[in-house]
This record gives sequence, C-alpha cells and structure tokens, in this order.
Amino acid sequence: MSEFKNTVLEDFKNVWVFCEQRQGVLMPTDFELISEGRKLADELGVKLCGLLLGDKVEHLAKDLAGYGADEIIVCEHPLLKDYTTDAYAKVICDTVVEMKPEALLVGATNIGRDLAPRCAARLHTGLCADCTHLDVEMSTYKDFLRENSTLPEARIENVGTAMVLGKPHDVSKDLKMTRPAFGGHLMASIICPRFRPCMATVRPGVLKKAPFDQARADAVVITKPEVKLCECELKTKVLEVVKESRKLVDLTGAEVIVSVGRGISKDVEGGIKLAHELADVLGGVVGSSRACVDSGWITADHQVGQTGKTVRPRIYIALGISGAIQHKAGMSDSECIIAVNKNDSAPIFEVADYGIVGDLFKVVPLMIEEFKAAIANK
Amino acid sequence: MKIIVCVKQVPDTSGKVAVNPDGTLDRASMLTIINPDDKNAIEAALKLKDETGCRVTAVTMGPPPAEGMLRELIAMGCDDAVLISGREFGGSDTFATSQIIAAGINAIGLEEDDIVFCGRQAIDGDTAQVGPQIAEKLDIPQISYAADIKVEGKKVTVKRMLEDGYMTVETQTPCLITCIKELNEPRYMSVAGIVGAYSKPMDVMDYPRLKDDPLIEVDTIGLAGSPTNILTSFTPPQKGAGMMLEGADKATCEQLAGILVKKHII
Ligand SMILES: Cc1cc2nc3c(=O)[nH]c(=O)nc-3n(C[C@H](O)[C@H](O)[C@H](O)COP(=O)(O)OP(=O)(O)OC[C@H]3O[C@@H](n4cnc5c(N)ncnc54)[C@H](O)[C@@H]3O)c2cc1C
Ligand SMILES: Cc1cc2nc3c(=O)[nH]c(=O)nc-3n(C[C@H](O)[C@H](O)[C@H](O)COP(=O)(O)OP(=O)(O)OC[C@H]3O[C@@H](n4cnc5c(N)ncnc54)[C@H](O)[C@@H]3O)c2cc1C
Repeated sequence: MSEFKNTVLEDFKNVWVFCEQRQGVLMPTDFELISEGRKLADELGVKLCGLLLGDKVEHLAKDLAGYGADEIIVCEHPLLKDYTTDAYAKVICDTVVEMKPEALLVGATNIGRDLAPRCAARLHTGLCADCTHLDVEMSTYKDFLRENSTLPEARIENVGTAMVLGKPHDVSKDLKMTRPAFGGHLMASIICPRFRPCMATVRPGVLKKAPFDQARADAVVITKPEVKLCECELKTKVLEVVKESRKLVDLTGAEVIVSVGRGISKDVEGGIKLAHELADVLGGVVGSSRACVDSGWITADHQVGQTGKTVRPRIYIALGISGAIQHKAGMSDSECIIAVNKNDSAPIFEVADYGIVGDLFKVVPLMIEEFKAAIANK
Repeated sequence: MKIIVCVKQVPDTSGKVAVNPDGTLDRASMLTIINPDDKNAIEAALKLKDETGCRVTAVTMGPPPAEGMLRELIAMGCDDAVLISGREFGGSDTFATSQIIAAGINAIGLEEDDIVFCGRQAIDGDTAQVGPQIAEKLDIPQISYAADIKVEGKKVTVKRMLEDGYMTVETQTPCLITCIKELNEPRYMSVAGIVGAYSKPMDVMDYPRLKDDPLIEVDTIGLAGSPTNILTSFTPPQKGAGMMLEGADKATCEQLAGILVKKHII
C-alpha cells in the first residue's frame, strides 16, 4: 500500500456505513447506522455514503438512502453473494484505498465483528468495538457525559485534549466513540487521532432509526466501483447457510418484554406460562436471564444481557431475576423497568422504576388481572 | 499437526467490580481467571489432542504472574506454554496486541497443518477483535463464532453461528478459529496434570526475543503503536432510585396499573 498514506488525514473525506445484507435482505442495523451516520456527516460537513456488497443488490440502495444516505456505493460480484471474510475484506479494503473515507461504521453483528477487525488490521487503522454512542460535536459529547457518567462537572468541562504520542491533541474534530467494557462496569470514549479511516462497530438495537424519507430515497446517487475478485483469493468456502427454522423471538424489536429468571425454578413451566400471559396482555414477548438458558428451560434467543441481546423496550418486566451486571448491561436502558423479586435487596431493584417484593407466582396472576382491567377501562 | 491456543488472563467481572475514585478499575482487588471463551478454545484443542495426539501450546501475553495461569493450562493437558511479556508491550490496543501475539506465533513456528485457536471475546476489553486481527497478521484464514469444529487432515469444517442461524464453512490449515461457549464443556485440571505441570517447558518471550520479527516496530506495538487512544473512561451512573411499592397483593398491582395508565406507559 505504498501510495495509500493513511496518516495524511486531510486526504480522507466522508462518512461511510457498511450496509450488511443476508440473502438479499438488509439488516436492521443498516438503518440505525445510516440514521446516526447522517447526524455525524452533518456535524463534519461531509457526505454520508452507504457501502453495499453482494450479488445483484443494487435495488436495495433506495431503502438505505431513505434513512439519510447521500450516496450508495454498490459492489456487486457473484463471489459476494454469501459473506466470506476474505472476499468482503478484500473488496472493502480496495474501495477504502481508492475512495478514502474518513470514518467507516459497521454494525456489530456476528458478521460485522468478523469483518471489521480484519479490515482495520489490513488498513493499519484503529477500530472501536461495539460502540453504543457516537459524537463529533464537543458540546453534545459533553452533554452526553453529564447525563451518562459519574464524572464531576469540572472534569467534563476540561475534556478537549488527549495525549497522543506524548503531545496534547485537540479532539474537537475527532469522532468520539463510546463503548462499554468490563461487562458494562466501565465506559470508555475512544478516538483514532492518527490514522484514517477511523473505524467503529456499533451495537445493534441501540441507536435510533430516523423516519424514512421518500424524497431522499428518490434522490440517491449510486456509484459502482469496479470489483476485482478471483476465486483463488478466497481461502474459505461457505458450504451452506442455514436459517434456524424455529421462529426466533424478536427481542430487539419488541416494545414490551417480560423476562423470567431462575426465580421460576419451583415451577418452570408455570412460570414461563405466566410470563407469556402477562406479555400477551401488554402486546409483548418473553425474554430471560442467562440462568434459564443455561438450565435449558428456554432457548438462547430469549437471553437478554451482555452475551445475549441488548434491548430497550418501552416496558421491561423482570420476574425472579436478581439483576447481575451482565443482565443489566442488556436492559438498563429500557424506558420503564418493573421488577418482581422476593428478595428486597436484589440488585435488579437498583435499576427498576417500580419494584414489588414478593413471590412472582402470587404477584403475576394479580398483575395480569389488574393490567387487563386497567387497559379495558382506559 | 499442532494447535496454538491464545489465552488471556482477565479480572473476574461477574462479581462486584471495584472502581477507583478516578474512574479506573481497581484491578488489584479483583480475582483473575482464565477468560471464559478461552477455556472453550483450550477444550477444543485438547479434544483434538485426544483424537489425534497433536501437540497443544498455550500462549498468553501479559505480566509475569500470568505464568500461574499457564501452569494451570498445562495441568489441564497442554503440552507447553509461552508467556509473551515485556514493558514495551504495555498499553497496546487490539491492533498492537495482535501484532505482538502474531510475532510470538511466528517465533513458535506456524506450520502447514497447524491451527490457532482463540476465544471469541475477552471479558475485560470486550472487543472480540484480537482473533481476527492475529489471523490477518499471520495472513491465514479465520473462522469466528465456532460452535462445532471438524478436522480431517488439512481440511477444517466449522459451524459458524449467526444471530439467525448458522453457516457451515470449510477452509484449509493453517487457519485461526475463534471459539464460543456453545462449542463444548471445558474440562478441569487432572491430578496427574497438576503434578506434572511444573516439569513441562515454559518459554518466555520478551521484546529482545521478538524484535527481529518484521511485525515488531516501535510504531506498531505498545501505546505508541496503538491507533486508538482512550479519551475518557468513566462509570455509568446508577439510575435514580425507583419506587418500591408497598405489599404484594391485589391492591399493589392495582396501584401499579393505575400509575402506568396515568403515565401513558400502558
Ligand atoms: C461472561 C458472563 C456473561 C454473562 N452474560 C449474561 C447475559 O447475557 N445475561 C444474563 O442474564 N446473565 C449473564 N451472565 C450471568 C449472570 O452473571 C447471572 O448469573 C444471571 O443473570 C443470573 O440469572 P438470574 O437472575 O435469573 O438468577 P439468580 O441470580 O439466581 O436470581 C434469581 C432471583 O430470583 C429471585 N426469586 C427466587 N424465587 C422467586 C420467586 N418465587 N418469586 C420472585 N423472585 C424469586 C431470587 O431472589 C433471585 O434474586 C453472564 C455471566 C458471565 C460470567
Ligand atoms: C475500557 C477499555 C476499552 C478498550 N476499547 C478498545 C477498542 O475499542 N479498540 C481497541 O483496539 N482496543 C481497545 N482496548 C484495548 C484492548 O482491550 C486491549 O488491546 C486488549 O489487550 C485486547 O483486547 P480484548 O481484551 O478486547 O480482547 P478480545 O479481542 O476480546 O480477545 C479475543 C481473544 O483473543 C485472544 N487474546 C486477547 N488478548 C490476549 C492476550 N493478551 N494474550 C493471549 N490471547 C489474547 C484470546 O483468545 C481472546 O479470547 C480497550 C481497553 C480498555 C481498558
């Protein structure tokens, strides 16, 4: 990569979003990232481009543009039909080298987290993992810290420079990428001050999707760079792609989630049935803690938390869940949290908006009855 | 065939995590454990050793006390271990970390029929980036999120998990695979293993040992070689105390339903 000097920052321009599709269907993270990318591109005063790879996928460009992209870069090739690290990393790195974006955002899906580190290592640049918040503008970043950190005001006021190679560096034009680490115990804002593009994977389900704008969709500009790819460059072969036929519960999209924990152990079936009944009353779905998944009481797609799904429904009801940090990491941003637990010092009550101390097998039937009545009388 | 397993020693974040007043973690007060996903990686390697008699080498980059963890891994069944340790390596982000570990693997020697195993993600840094980045530095194929691994000669077939299903992927050795907890149930140390653990070889690789590898340059390792910088680190605030409702009976549930309706939550 002799002529590609990624330390010459001013050569790099525009914010890119890698738009993931599986079997020709766009992923929900694409829309979240395009919406967020729009905001960042505006703050930087540059264009927002979607980067779409696949085989015969150009028709998806309008769907993406409607959420805020100015341009969709479409890379089509039969070898891009199914995801492989080798083919996708090659095409992305080639396109980056040719078109020089200043930032590249990738959804932190199982595919994004395979692809982005490989590209960052090849491009010799920094990658922030699994971000939950992004800023350029200093004032909004500081407001974010005021609301979401325990840092004292004096510290927040002084945020503005970072020591980079022993010299103070002004961060006001840098993308500030904030992410949880240590299982959510610690947050860190990361910058990539010396290399371009600055890269981040972004946690699905966290950023808000903008409303779809038909005018933007119709105004989309499509660019199709030449794709150079040879079968001989692919060291892995996809033998099959299997969608689990079992219908997986859609936790990330749910408005209401009723989750069960080990507290249902004395009557597992009964406990899950109660959770379903309560969820039905509120138009929601059932989730769970990892304890229930590990015990084989419920399938893994129900798991909320650090190693499960991150959710932020309008209502989250935790039944017999202690509130371990790894569970809270996946649900504490829910708008209204209700907890039922027989132990009054269970940590779940620290994040609950409303808490009831009691046996869930007694409380939940009453809740179902009262919620039904309240909704009927509205 | 030999298998190189990358293992990280991490603080146990499942219990209470102590935070210093300045927002950094009080690591000294935390117990250290073998990173959970890495135990699955070790188990996968030891299973292949049971089947084929291949050699299993554990590699870690960390401070000198990480040697204790390596002895534990030998007691579980690894044949030998490598500790990559040096002040020059401190402060590395995932780019620099993978640069150094890849150089360590080069020093061990990666042959045609070898496999590198990693965990998917370490529970402290939580990035899941080091595995794929080591693979890039070694210029070998990677398969992440492995829930099943089959090795026949040089052919490796992996069930790679996706959120909505899985793919079956085939590649050739040498390759790198990242392991998840669904892959297997890790074994414990054996008594014979513990007894023999201190007689097995342990190699320590410091900066002078690795510095001639082209991957190791002043501007590719440590803090100076890390493309990312931490601007701030902080602890999230505890959410303001919620409302504990009195009792656990019909009246309590009626009160709750009333509040939720009034606030337009239901
Ligand atoms: C690396 C790592 C990742 C993890 N990832 C996740 C994750 O993604 N998601 C997750 O959930 N966990 C995760 N965990 C596990 C986590 O640490 C906890 O072990 C788990 O969340 C506990 O589940 P629980 O609350 O259901 O069970 P417990 O902690 O056993 O709590 C059960 C609760 O039920 C209450 N209870 C019992 N009976 C009743 C009753 N009749 N009525 C009312 N209340 C009752 C008890 O008071 C108790 O509070 C992870 C752990 C590690 C180490
Ligand atoms: C708060 C915080 C946030 C951070 N955020 C970022 C970030 O966004 N981007 C970034 O580039 N760096 C980041 N870092 C730095 C990063 O944590 C370190 O580089 C760390 O050494 C490796 O990353 P990890 O713990 O996430 O490992 P992962 O990439 O999650 O580890 C995956 C696997 O790689 C292997 N492995 C990892 N480390 C070692 C090791 N030392 N020895 C042997 N095997 C190993 C193991 O098999 C492990 O299971 C952050 C650090 C902190 C403290």
